Amino acid sequence: MIIHVENPVVEVHDLTVSYDRKPVLWGVDLTLPAGALVGVIGPNGAGKSTLVKAIMDLLPTSSGYVRIFDKEIKEVRKKISYVPQRESVDWDFPASAFDVVLMGRYGSMGLFKRPGKADKEAAMLALEKVGMQSFANRQISQLSGGQQQRVFLARALAQNADIYFMDEPFAGVDIATEMAIIELLRIMREQGKTVVVVHHDLQSAVEYFDWIVLLNMRLVASGPTNQVLTQELLEKTYGGKLTVLTKVGDLLRKQEIPSREKQVK
Amino acid sequence: MNEFLEFFSFADANVRFVTIGSILLASSSAVVGCFSLLRKRALVGDAVAHAVLPGVCLAFILSGTKNPFILLLGAFITGWFSLVVIDFITARTRIKEDTAIGLVLSVFFGIGILLLTSIQHSGNAAQSGLDKFLFGKAASLVGEDLIVFSVVAVLLLVATIVFYKELMLLCFDQAYARTIGFPVRALELLLTTLTVFAVVVGIQAVGVVLMAAMLITPAAAARFWTEKLPVMLLIAAVMGAFSGLAGAFVSYTAPSMPTGPWIVLIISLIAILSFAFAPGRGWVSRIIRQRRNRSRILDENILKLLYQVGELKENFTDAQSITELMQRRHLPQNSILKGLKKLQCEGFVSKQQNGWLLTEEGRIRGRRVVRLHRLWELYLTQYLELPSDHVHEDAETIEHIITPELEEKLMEELNYPALDPHQSKIPL
Repeated sequence: MIIHVENPVVEVHDLTVSYDRKPVLWGVDLTLPAGALVGVIGPNGAGKSTLVKAIMDLLPTSSGYVRIFDKEIKEVRKKISYVPQRESVDWDFPASAFDVVLMGRYGSMGLFKRPGKADKEAAMLALEKVGMQSFANRQISQLSGGQQQRVFLARALAQNADIYFMDEPFAGVDIATEMAIIELLRIMREQGKTVVVVHHDLQSAVEYFDWIVLLNMRLVASGPTNQVLTQELLEKTYGGKLTVLTKVGDLLRKQEIPSREKQVK
Repeated sequence: MNEFLEFFSFADANVRFVTIGSILLASSSAVVGCFSLLRKRALVGDAVAHAVLPGVCLAFILSGTKNPFILLLGAFITGWFSLVVIDFITARTRIKEDTAIGLVLSVFFGIGILLLTSIQHSGNAAQSGLDKFLFGKAASLVGEDLIVFSVVAVLLLVATIVFYKELMLLCFDQAYARTIGFPVRALELLLTTLTVFAVVVGIQAVGVVLMAAMLITPAAAARFWTEKLPVMLLIAAVMGAFSGLAGAFVSYTAPSMPTGPWIVLIISLIAILSFAFAPGRGWVSRIIRQRRNRSRILDENILKLLYQVGELKENFTDAQSITELMQRRHLPQNSILKGLKKLQCEGFVSKQQNGWLLTEEGRIRGRRVVRLHRLWELYLTQYLELPSDHVHEDAETIEHIITPELEEKLMEELNYPALDPHQSKIPL
């Protein structure tokens, strides 16, 4: 069941993404409404992070396109903010929590410019929003996992974007952080922002999100939470490995065949 | 000694120039090296350094002169080309980056040595001095060479300042840099170019063989002293500058000595001292920390022991003899004695005729350790559902690390309990 919306903020059309020629996401077609809290749900290896990275143009795609606010991503970078997985960086970097949050302002500052007073204030405000103002000068390797996640979130907030993509923000954080984050996400939704969250816990997904994308190597469902989280669709997402699909992917990799034939233009 | 004074009086204009040049070269490569290190591409500098040699030789063969511009250009081209080859191999074959670096390094260097040898046997008189590129010679930095290389070194320093914020983000979180619209490819190219330039100017002082040390060692050493990137860059630059100065001195006083190895030995010594003595991260301060912990644990164990004996006898006013304490718990006698003496100085115990007595402060501290021990045992049996005979060992450690805030929380969660799992009283 894939529900499409009018005037979507995110439109993904026939998106196929491959690693080393092996497709990990097949032909995803989806649209997301504005002002929604969207959960991207699926088992391990379903391609949840891959979908978000492909939308952010961090991965080359084998086919398809993505449009955000009906524009190409390059034109609307300033309106989009990305929270990578916490493990994607080395936290033993010589920087303080404040330094990292200030990075959220770099995009609007422009090249070579130094952060000004307004940037520093915005960064401090973002730290306050996640309850980390007293840790501003703490070296980032000395923060707990939950605190590091909050710093990443604050960095995204400092960007003042309209749409947020978050890759597993709840992974490995304490319950207090999880509650603080979800509270923040709800406030953002009330301000009309769209938040897309990669999430792995089905139980809390029902509670947290009002739009769910079910993924397992292909799009299983996309729609309002109460219509999508059905027994049948969940079984389709979690039950039964797509053995043939995996094997075909392996073949593509082994025989070095591109997953799409070259288009004759 | 005379030479030392002669050199450091800087009376000789030549000495002044060589010194300034060496300092600039060494500190600029140290600063660029910080970014390579943080980007975890430390080895790439080594490959570039070795790949520069064939470029220098080719430039000489083609032009027939030792004009620094032309040699620099040649060095730059092959240095850059080696990076392109590494990227190509990593992206297009199944060979991993470390193997690709090893391959490129040895192939380029091999070609370089081949060319150098053939130049040396060609009988071209102008060639003398090209072999300086192997091990470096700071004192040969004179005239036009000095000006060209110093200008490049200054440009490198300026570039890292101008692009500081971009380079920092590139090293910390490349994916994020891309999502906020930074030209990541161009910045990578910039950092690569800076690295190549740093190598090209640095080899004047150190030579190609040891250039990687000039890029990476100051950065690695500086990292031990600070948690702030600007400070790290500054420290690395100062360390680089110092070794550059030392290199110029060696080159001046002992012309037959290879300068590069001397500079590298000095910077390595600085690095080793940093690894050992830097506060916080250094090896000595870690040992001190561990020793301090051990001594605190011993103190607390003795106070706990005295408290437990008092508790058992329901008497805190009589002194306890060492033998009595030893019967209850096997601690080495001399460490008990040492610990007791230390505690006496700190006012936690007092020595009586027939043994040792807890003072009021000592009793409070000993009681707290006993309380934490029993609280933790209770917590483990209640929350982790461990059997009561499994919890003692764990509590022996945890009793020393629980903070007052955690203690408060434990009390609250366990609802201010009176007894531990072994039915001993939890003292308040």
